[in-house]
Amino acid sequence: MLDKLNEIEKTALESLQSITDQAALEAWRVANLGRSSPLMQVFTGLGKLSKEERPTVGAAANRVKTALESAWEERAQAIKEAALAKSLEEEALDVTLPGRAVRVGRLHPSTQQLRRVLDILAEMGFQVYTSREIETDEVNYQLLNFPPDHPARDMQDTFFVRAEGREDNPILLRTHTSPGQIHAMREYAAMNPENPPPIRIALPGMCFRFEQITARSEIQFNQVEGLVVGKNITFADLKGTLSDFARRMFGRHARTRFRASYFPFTEPSAEMDVECFVCGGKGCSVCKNSGWLEILGCGMVHPIVLQNGGYDPTRYSGYAWGMGPERQLMLRYRIDDIRYFWGNDLRFLEQF
Amino acid sequence: MKLPISWLKDYIDLDGLTVEDIARKLTLAGLEVEEIKYAGLPMPDHAGSGMHSSGRHEFKTSGISWDRDKIVVAEIREVMPHPNADRLTLLDLYDGQQNQVVLTGAPNIFHLKGTGKLAKPIKVAYAKEGSTIYDGHAEGLVLTTLKRAKIRGVESYSMACSEKELGISEEHEGIIILDDDAPVGMPLVDYMGDAVLDIAVVPNMARNANVMGVARELAALTGRELKKPVIEYRTEGESVENLVSIEITEPELNPRFVIGLIRDVEIKPSPYKIQRRLRLAGIRPINNVVDATNYAMLDQGEPLHAFDYDVLKSRAGNKNVKIITRSAKDGEKLTTLDDVERTLSSTNVLVCDEKGPLSIAGVMGGAESEVTDKTKNILLEGAAWNFINIRKTAKQHNLPSEASFRFSRGVHPSLAETGVKRGLQLMAEWSGGKIAPGLVDAYPLKPKDSVVDVSPRDVKRLLGIDLTVEQIAELLTRLEFKCEPTARGLRVTAPSHRLDIGEGVIGLADVLEEVARSYGYDNIPETRMSDSLPPQIGNPIYEWEERVRDLLVSLGLQEVVSYRLTSPERESRVVKYDEYVTLANPITPERRVMRRSLVASVLDAVEKNARAESIAMFEIGPVFEPVKSDPSTGSGQALPNEPRKLVLAMTGLRDALAWDVKESPNFDFYDMKGRVELLLSGLHFTDVSYIPTDSVPYLHPGKSAEVRVNEKVVGVFGELHPLVKDKYEVEEAPILVAEFDLDVLRTVSPSYEIKPVPDVPPVFEDIAVVLDESIPASKVEALIRQTGGRALANVKLFDVYRGEQVGAGKKSLAYSLTYQSDKTMTDAEAAAIRRKIVRRLEHELGARLRS
Ligand SMILES: [Zn+2]
Repeated sequence: MLDKLNEIEKTALESLQSITDQAALEAWRVANLGRSSPLMQVFTGLGKLSKEERPTVGAAANRVKTALESAWEERAQAIKEAALAKSLEEEALDVTLPGRAVRVGRLHPSTQQLRRVLDILAEMGFQVYTSREIETDEVNYQLLNFPPDHPARDMQDTFFVRAEGREDNPILLRTHTSPGQIHAMREYAAMNPENPPPIRIALPGMCFRFEQITARSEIQFNQVEGLVVGKNITFADLKGTLSDFARRMFGRHARTRFRASYFPFTEPSAEMDVECFVCGGKGCSVCKNSGWLEILGCGMVHPIVLQNGGYDPTRYSGYAWGMGPERQLMLRYRIDDIRYFWGNDLRFLEQF
Repeated sequence: MKLPISWLKDYIDLDGLTVEDIARKLTLAGLEVEEIKYAGLPMPDHAGSGMHSSGRHEFKTSGISWDRDKIVVAEIREVMPHPNADRLTLLDLYDGQQNQVVLTGAPNIFHLKGTGKLAKPIKVAYAKEGSTIYDGHAEGLVLTTLKRAKIRGVESYSMACSEKELGISEEHEGIIILDDDAPVGMPLVDYMGDAVLDIAVVPNMARNANVMGVARELAALTGRELKKPVIEYRTEGESVENLVSIEITEPELNPRFVIGLIRDVEIKPSPYKIQRRLRLAGIRPINNVVDATNYAMLDQGEPLHAFDYDVLKSRAGNKNVKIITRSAKDGEKLTTLDDVERTLSSTNVLVCDEKGPLSIAGVMGGAESEVTDKTKNILLEGAAWNFINIRKTAKQHNLPSEASFRFSRGVHPSLAETGVKRGLQLMAEWSGGKIAPGLVDAYPLKPKDSVVDVSPRDVKRLLGIDLTVEQIAELLTRLEFKCEPTARGLRVTAPSHRLDIGEGVIGLADVLEEVARSYGYDNIPETRMSDSLPPQIGNPIYEWEERVRDLLVSLGLQEVVSYRLTSPERESRVVKYDEYVTLANPITPERRVMRRSLVASVLDAVEKNARAESIAMFEIGPVFEPVKSDPSTGSGQALPNEPRKLVLAMTGLRDALAWDVKESPNFDFYDMKGRVELLLSGLHFTDVSYIPTDSVPYLHPGKSAEVRVNEKVVGVFGELHPLVKDKYEVEEAPILVAEFDLDVLRTVSPSYEIKPVPDVPPVFEDIAVVLDESIPASKVEALIRQTGGRALANVKLFDVYRGEQVGAGKKSLAYSLTYQSDKTMTDAEAAAIRRKIVRRLEHELGARLRS
């Protein structure tokens, strides 16, 4: 009987060797471990054996059963792994094919840049103030200390609107966002005319100049101005704030330089240059080899302008500055044609 | 303004400062140097190790440097004929070391050919073999190095140079003939090497549009001494005061008029040194008299005008000349020295004699009295004019000139006298003329020198720096302010060449600017504000609009920004308006009005991108609605309204084509509607309805809807009308457009609540009904929702069927209903609701349940 069991084990294990698929393995299991398999027959026949033989044969039969079961399990695992390996291989993709397109929207580059600027200014405590695009000569010029026919007006060529009966105060397309300074100051001053509150605002918006449309000049452009008014505001504060802004905008180590300049609505006035972020100040075509980029005009708010805004210049002081987001983009991305901005060519816009 | 460094050195010692140092100091102080053009002086070498501390070019740089050893002063001793070429000559030239034979074709010494040894040698600028100069015959500026070559059989290796070859001017008609005192053998760079600063003069720096002004600034910035020219001369003959009188009719327009007289001038070219300086400064030398007026103007800042005295005398019938200044009569005529007859207006001021106008004051002289080659005696005018008036006049006659540039920015009347004296001095020096004693000086309106009080407290309050009274005085004295101590600080009097200093609070700002410039903006520290914070107001309108932008971007739309300026024709493709905000001075008819239709702007952008596979874009911005004059203010036409609009446009393929996407349907009405719905739900509007409309002229009458939020019309959308679309050069795919009035939409209050998420599972059920084609789906859904009540959490249309199975004129709508209640709903409860819904649909809409 024991020989028979050995024979069963040997035959079964031998036939298992050649099995490579799930179906054959199942057939093998039925044939060798199923109810009618020779091994199970041995178990069934145990009762017919003598008391002496029974434990020995029983033990041997159990051993063979365990051996066959574990061999089966091992085989089953191997077959499963082989099948998985095969299917993984078959499922492989060409990962270099392009991904499926997702339709995305984008903000216009000017909006993106305006947001960058305004986000930084917001963190620095400047609230956004917006005002109309078509203005009167009075607000765009006179109240900002550009008297009629003053040579300073040559600095800004103006689009005038055809309008009856307004010879003294023509309607025009605002040439800068500075009219907002007047609107804002008057609005704030109205809160408490005797003791107007301090102001810290950013004024973004579209402005217009009478220019030919060329690669270098445009008839419309965005501007962001800043305005601070308070009882304790100095030129040193102007330098500190604008240098802080430049470091946020152009990098922690951006160097700035302030040059004396002239604007009718500020005094003292200055231009702020930032060390060229393209060449690091070594000189390149973007900075025309100067190492510096002209970024903004600024100055202490002119006493006349404070007065026109409802702030007493003997008690209040302030500073203001203005800069162009499109110019910043042109410098940053070395865009050499300003006409791209309002050309609305998707091939340009989709690059931002 | 172009300023030769050599001229500047007449008035200030610049030793130890490089050209770039000078340019940097001026730039930081507000005289921005836009370009440095070298004409001889060594250029900074930034390429190699020779970098100075800041290590960069700093300024736009051009020009040429002259090699000390190879370009020198030489003299021509004889002009000899060329053996093989008639038009060429050979120069016997001595360069200080040896004699050279130099080939030239210069016409300005040709007349000396074959005349033998010259009695007086001619001094020239001589470039030796191996020197680098500009090629005189090349177009533009091309550097060339002189090499040995045979020209018509004669060896040539060096040359006598023209101005073009040395980078002084464009002049290449002849060689430079230097003044007789030029020392032979001296390196040319030492004799006349130069560099020209091109300075942008801003309006409040107009006083510095001259050499003396820049020298004064530089003296203040460096603490060096300003060496003013000595303006003294000998006089002879009868005093001009006995011969000429002046009548100023309007002192406001002509505060001062000064006249001097010089007799017996010999008109001839100015000394070469003067011609060279004028050319470097951008002014063409004419003759010694005209050059003297220009030179004195660039030198001192006072534009001068020279009259031929004999012409004026003969006009006066040989009697005394009377100069009258007055406003022109409208329509009065004068032929100016450019031989153009100009029709004048009362804005213009004229310099006249008793016979009539002589010149347009401050702008241009008249032809009749101008200086000619035959002029012997000259009246020299230096005057002060009202700058606004000059500015208007120069604009009106389109006559920008060096004189009108200065007068239209303001020239201090004190300069009239200085200018005339300097002019007379130079004329006498260069023409041999004799200056008559005295000046006729009419000075009816003398400006007061401004007086301003300034204290260390003011400096601290506005500039943020601590300066003592002494320091402030020192900074201002350098700029020639007079400073007297007071109890509070200083009483400061502006120097009498300045018109830009006011009084009171304005004067204080003016003076503090001078303190800051003199102190150096660089030296002012950077501080963080210590003032109290402003009230927090925010900008809800701006913030809301930014939210709209973000939503639209998240829906896959590209933002565009168009020109606000357009033409009625361009807009009329979409919509016709009679009234526009119209420009008085458009740059082109194409951009002569402010847009009224944002749809037109966005359709232009669609057309521009017509070849794109697919377009989905939006623009947010104002349109401009003209407003009739406002009778309440009586101030003429009112400012236009600037309502803000949003326009969306989509066209082309819905899906991007790719290697596994071979085709795609076009965007249609429902693609646009989906975006509109998501935009409005993103803004938290819940009460939104879409009403069919056929009243939007630019939209397809059967494919357009009005959008209402809380019953308020906020916009429209739909497919572009085929007739409108035909006017655009676009592809065949339909164009979907939506237009919203943001000002209206913004004022509708959103209804917004966050609902709890139910714990109980929902019950789902489908229902399909057949009804008449004419019944809109929105009505069916509204009825279902109304009937279902609170338990009906959601209704979703999942199928629309038309065809045989439902019969002609009918459609089948299939809805999936979601019931949701606080406790688990039984089938019976769900069935009850469903029965109610079906009953009402049957009853009110004539629907029939589809089995
Ligand atoms: Zn650079």
